[in-house]
Formats: sequence, C-alpha cells, structure tokens
Amino acid sequence: MIDVSTVSEVGNLGVATTINRAAYLTNLLSLRSPLTDDLRWLQEVRDRATARVQELALPSTRDEEWRFTDLSSLLATEFKAVSGEPSTISQAAIAPYLLPEAANRLVFVDGIFLPELSVAADLPANAFIGNLTAAYREAALRDRLLNQLGKQPGAEETFTTLNTASMTDAAVLYIPSNHVVEAPIHLLFLSTTGQASAITHPRCLVIVESSSSLTLVEDYIALDASVYFTNAVTEVWVEANAQVNHTRIQRDSQTAFHIGKTAVSQARDSHYTCNAISLGAALSRHNLEVYQTGEQTHTVLNGLTMIADQQVADTHSLISYTQPYGTSNQVHKCIVDDRAHAIFNGKIFVPKAAQLTDARQLSKNLLVSPKARVDTKPQLEITADNVKCAHGATVSQLESDEVFYLQSRGIDENSARKLLVYAFAYDVISQIPIVSLRDTLAANVRVPHRKHGSIA
Amino acid sequence: MICEGSEVILSVRDLTADVDGTQILKGLNLEVKAGEIHAIMGPNGSGKSTFSKILAGHPDYTVTGGEITYLGQNLLEIEAEDRARSGVFLAFQYPIEIPGVSNTDFLRIAYNSKRKHEGLEELDAFDFDELLQSKLNVVKMNPAFLNRSVNEGFSGGEKKRNEILQMALLEPKLAILDETDSGLDIDALKVVAGGVNELRTSENAVVLITHYQRLLNYIVPDYVHVMESGRIVTTGGKDLALELEARGYDWIREEEAEAIAR
Repeated sequence: MIDVSTVSEVGNLGVATTINRAAYLTNLLSLRSPLTDDLRWLQEVRDRATARVQELALPSTRDEEWRFTDLSSLLATEFKAVSGEPSTISQAAIAPYLLPEAANRLVFVDGIFLPELSVAADLPANAFIGNLTAAYREAALRDRLLNQLGKQPGAEETFTTLNTASMTDAAVLYIPSNHVVEAPIHLLFLSTTGQASAITHPRCLVIVESSSSLTLVEDYIALDASVYFTNAVTEVWVEANAQVNHTRIQRDSQTAFHIGKTAVSQARDSHYTCNAISLGAALSRHNLEVYQTGEQTHTVLNGLTMIADQQVADTHSLISYTQPYGTSNQVHKCIVDDRAHAIFNGKIFVPKAAQLTDARQLSKNLLVSPKARVDTKPQLEITADNVKCAHGATVSQLESDEVFYLQSRGIDENSARKLLVYAFAYDVISQIPIVSLRDTLAANVRVPHRKHGSIA
Repeated sequence: MICEGSEVILSVRDLTADVDGTQILKGLNLEVKAGEIHAIMGPNGSGKSTFSKILAGHPDYTVTGGEITYLGQNLLEIEAEDRARSGVFLAFQYPIEIPGVSNTDFLRIAYNSKRKHEGLEELDAFDFDELLQSKLNVVKMNPAFLNRSVNEGFSGGEKKRNEILQMALLEPKLAILDETDSGLDIDALKVVAGGVNELRTSENAVVLITHYQRLLNYIVPDYVHVMESGRIVTTGGKDLALELEARGYDWIREEEAEAIAR
C-alpha cells in the first residue's frame, strides 16, 4: 500500500499522474495486435472503442468505484505486446487443469486460440463452440455476433472498452433453443513465460437461447509464474427460461494483474448462477454485473476470494433489476491472510418497476492474520416499495476457542486451523457443480501458518 | 467407586493460574483415582471452569505454579491435542459450532487422531460409520445429527448429547464434564447422565463440574469438593452436595474464615 503523502505533494502528484494515467491507456492500445483478415468486420467495433479509450484515464483511488483499489502498481509496470509465434504448449502441460467431466473445451494461450488443444464434440445440432473467426463463418451466427458482441450494458467502462478496442479473437458459445448441454464446457485462458510481461484481452461471448441449459467453466491459469496483465471480458446472454451455471476461476500467477468483467443479461424466467473464485494475481478486480431484462429471473452469485502475502483482490458486483418478481441470492466470502487486502462492493438496484423483488446478499470475511484487511460495502438502492431485500456483512478471525475445541478432540493446531478455514471456504466451493474442480479447489484451500504472538 | 490401591489418574498439587494477569487458581489440590467420580461444586467465579480448561490445555490460561500429574506424566508439558489423544476429555460447557464440517467427519478425524497416537490403523469411513452407529444409543441421538455441521443449529440439549457421544467414541481415561447439566431439561439430563454412567468403568475417572446438586442425583459422586476463590476448601461424600443445596455456600466461607481465625 502507498502511504498517504502530505497535501501539497498530493496536489503535485495529482497533475503528474493524471497525464500518466491517460497516456498509460493509450500506451496499452499500442500493444494490441492487428486484426486478421477474417475479422475485418470487427474493425469498426475496435475503432469506436479506440476513440473512447483515448478520452479515458486509468482510474485512481479518487474514483468512488476504485476507492480501495490502487492501480499505481499497474501504472508502474511496463507491459509488452504479444509477439511472434504463440508458445508451444503440449497436451501434457495442460493435463493437470483439464476437467474429466468437460466434453468440450476451448484453449487460449497468451490470448491466442489453439485449436489443436481444443475440443468441440458431442454438441447439439446448430450449437456452436469455437473462436470468433470460426463463428463468423457460420451464416446463422453472424447477426448474433453483430448484435450481441460488446452490447451488454456497462460496455463503456474503462477496461471493458480497452478490451473491445484490443479484441483480436473471442471464445464463442452458442446454444440454440430447447437444448440441455449436460457436460460442462471449459474455457481455458493460459499465460506462459513465452510471452513475458504480455497484456492479453481474453473475450467470451456466451449466448444461451430460450429454454436451453449450459454449464460453463471460465478458467484463468498461469502455466509458469510471471508478470503479465489479463484484461478479460465475458458477456453472457441468458434468454427466456434458459439456465446458465457459470464458474469463473481466477488462478493467475501471484505476480500478475487481472481485471475481469462478467456482464450478464437475463431474460424472463431465466436462471443464472455464478461461482466466482479469485485466488491469484498480485492485483485483481472482478466486475460482475447482472442485468435483468424480463420478469421473474433468478440469480445466484457465490463468490470466494482466498488471498495471502500482499495480494489485493477486489470484487465489485451489480444486480440491476428492472422487472417484477426477480429473486437473487448472493454470498461472497473472503479469506485474507498475511498483509493481503480484499474488497467487496455489492450493488443491488431495485427501481420502482421491480416490485416483489426478493434479493439477499451476505458478505462474510475471515481474517487469518492481524495485518490482513478487508473492505466490504453492501450498496442497495431500492425505490420499489413492495420488495424483500436483506443484506449482511461479517468480519471475523479464527477464534482461539474454536481452535481449542478441535485440539481438545485430538486434532493438532495446524489441522484445526486448516479445518476451520476449509469449512469457511467449502461452503462456496461446494456450490460448483463439477466434482473434479470442486476437489481441486478444496485441496488448495490455503492453510494459514501458525503465527506466534498473533491470533491463536 | 472408591477402590483402595487403584491407579492414580490425576494428581494436582498447589496449582496456581492466571488469566490475563488475574490470578484465578490459588493453590488447588486434587487427587483422582481410577474408578472414582469427583464432583467439584462452588459459586460462580470460584475457578471451576478455569480448572477444567487448564486440564484440557486451553492456551489462554497460564499456570504460574504447582504441578499436574496425569498417569505419572507432567500434564503441563503435553500439548492440548496430545492430552486428548492420551485420554483427557473435556465436555464443554458451551460446545463450539463448526459450520461446514459434518459431525461425522469431525468425529472420524478426532477418533482417528487417537488411533494414530496409539499406533493403530485409522478406520475408513465405512468401518467408522459402523462404530459410530453403535455409540449413538449411549445418548439416544437421532442419526440425522451426524450429517449436520458440528453443533450448528443444535439446541443446548443436542449439543451436550453430542459432547457425550464424543466421549463415548474417544473412551477417555479422565473425563471432565464442565457444567454439562446447565440448561438441560430433566429428560435431557437423564439421557446425558445415563450416558456418563454407561461409560464409566473401574479403569477411568470422571470429574463433574457443576453448580447444582440435581445432576448428582443421576451421577452419584464418590467425592464432592467445594471450590472457593481458586482453591478446594471442603471435601466430603455425596451428602455434602445435599447440604450445599440446602444451605448455600456461605456457611463454607464462614467455616473457612473461622478456621483461618483459629
């Protein structure tokens, strides 16, 4: 964390950083790759976003939306363009991350789609899983791409715009009406040292038509630890009566930067579940936005942040109601060790038209070290008068009485602490509908070290 | 049952202890032999619960003097978990809730820690389940509680039954029951007391810490000790509990004051 300077210094710094912050984004734009000939149609979309990026500056802690998350470390890091040949990755290298349950997967390495590692099989007729280039070749999909790529509300946000302006490809999932896709679809975004200090802009477009159902895993992975910047955007369209179960795992390297957007539009009677797990990155931000476009939608947001050392992990969520009879249930948990800092800001908008909304939000935080920090802020804006909205936030430590209770049953102190932290995390992990992924994550629940002279 | 010459399980001499710099125990002496049931009674704040936590090894309490010998070993040199594994069991006054850990898993981990300590092979989930089912009867517990998170949402009585179930499973050499009777209705009290009686043998010992004589109608003690200001001031048979119930604790203070005056 940067210490607060004296007033006059802040003033001077302010001018300097404003220039830096604007130039910084323009500099990031210069690192993008050109579009391939197959994606010429995308040029206009990129150009529009480019024009907008040039008017924007990197947010500072003076912006309310970034109050607790200081991007100075991002500003101070120099990134490079992805260049040359994509890293060669063997099947064996990704094997530890593959999910036996997933019949289909798309693999992107340092932002580049690798068809040889990807599998698209056993799909319902007319469904599509592939990259943007291939998607555009499908005549039936063209209108969908033109009308829905980059068209979610909130697309004008700084990093989303930067992603759109830099887009060179995307993962596209399209499930036509009345199909249940049973096996989960796995989207892997891998970062390698082959592209050191790279900035990548992963992009996903997911369209699930009426009465269809999809289970999706979006997975950000570091193959070897290095400094890089992942600026991801995922757009999910859940059409009438459709169901999407979306698990998002951010396990980038501990020295990486990760800024991710998940924008979801939910049509009437649809169900959307997001299990968002944030483990990696020195600095990460997840903007999770759900927009209701029809009546009686159901939204479940399960979040888990597990960080240590000096990691900073920020989750900003939004559930924006516009219609009656919507329900949502959100639980966000943070386990914060060492000097790490977790931030949660949960917005729920319930305007007058959204009568009979039932929205619940709970933020639970476990601080495992005395230097750990969490900032949590529920933000409910309700103008409808006949709604149920409940929210709560707790911040706690491992109680010495809890640890002692387990010890008094013969369980050693480290195992006791592990069991208690595990129990706290498992509550969220257990919501993931894929057993192998659940087990992997459960096995990786951080064990806080015994720290003498601090919390027992 | 008092048997001459039976093994000394616990021997406490001149024990003094602090919590946050305040002296709570001021020279406590107690000897417990195999087969015996000891009741420790006394007013609130006399140090009964502190004593039980020190026996189990709670880190918040600092022993400043005296000694505790358990089966010939210096108990104070043994970590809390190793005390448990070697047969010291504390039934908590306020059992802790552990959301997210199923009661069965918790019991199995605890049971296997002890097996491992004894150099025995750990039981797998299947064999353990069989063992656990056989122990449920001791406290007449509904098996549905096994799948729930440890103590989460349990009533006071259910939590205490769960403590005795753990005792049944771990088969301690020395069981300390810290106000296990508090907050129990008469039916639950009978069940809990029945469980303790069933688990008692000539090889183990029980220390009951209680505020009320009521429990002692169901678990008959060999000795009743009265604690006052961090020491045991009077020791008697089971009739002492009845006298305390009828007369309160003040007469003990007066007798003690007279004794000191003499």
